Amino acid sequence: MMPDLGKYADAVLSSYAVSILLLVVLVALSIRRSRKMKAYLADIEERVKNG
Amino acid sequence: MSIWEYANPVKFIKTTDRMMPYLAVGAVVCLVSGLVWGFFFTPDDYRQGSTVKIIYLHVPAALMAINAWMMMLVASLVWIVRRHHVSALAARAAAPIGAVMTLIALATGAIWGQPMWGTWWVWDPRLTSFLILFLFYLGYMALWEAIENDDTAADLTSILCLVGSVFAVLSRYAVLFWNQGLHQGASLSLDKEEHVADVFSSPLYVCIAGFVLLFIALVFLRTQTEIRARRARALIARERLA
Repeated sequence: MMPDLGKYADAVLSSYAVSILLLVVLVALSIRRSRKMKAYLADIEERVKNG
Repeated sequence: MSIWEYANPVKFIKTTDRMMPYLAVGAVVCLVSGLVWGFFFTPDDYRQGSTVKIIYLHVPAALMAINAWMMMLVASLVWIVRRHHVSALAARAAAPIGAVMTLIALATGAIWGQPMWGTWWVWDPRLTSFLILFLFYLGYMALWEAIENDDTAADLTSILCLVGSVFAVLSRYAVLFWNQGLHQGASLSLDKEEHVADVFSSPLYVCIAGFVLLFIALVFLRTQTEIRARRARALIARERLA
């Protein structure tokens, strides 16, 4: 199944590894910060509502 | 109905909440199918061998690096002219995404350049302007973090964005301005001599669609986060005053 990348295998595979890693980290950090901020704002709004 | 309705943070969050699942699914489908198609089912190039498979990451990332800055430019202009907070926050939200896209383009370019040009890096017009664009992204994000007042930060970063646009445009057309350097011309061109063969360009278009959808989904998600962060800061400030 794996294509024969010949002498350039390292270059091709490392390009894919670096890019996919960076994209996954970007998506994961964006989702994590979004969840944290939602919870943080909900806490503050609750506190403000209850005086 | 006017587009300015979406400058209302509540309306923006409601609308983008509905759109995000479709964008995310579309991005994953396009990225997975485009990359699998390009990696497993395309032949090697007669000159570049299997390194041609790097094109499916390098070109879409480079395209998004430039277009993310252009999106930030439009959002910054909307902020300067109409003072809509959502537009300034959308520009702020897009910056880290653009920076990652630029980093991917630089990294894959260096890895691709080593076996093809015999060097990881050369001070070629396109490479250099891309490095400067990356530094502009870092500077833009640092400026947002450095200024406490949101409106002042939005004003100053908008000016920086206008200045940085010169390099965003330059990184796109550097190859044409200076007919020198190692970097080739545009891979996707109306000129048939320059345009890559269909066997490579078809999966490339799918990958580009995936990067575009991913960018839009992430901008929506991160803009929502910035809107909430701004509201949290406002509530805390109000609490302190009371």
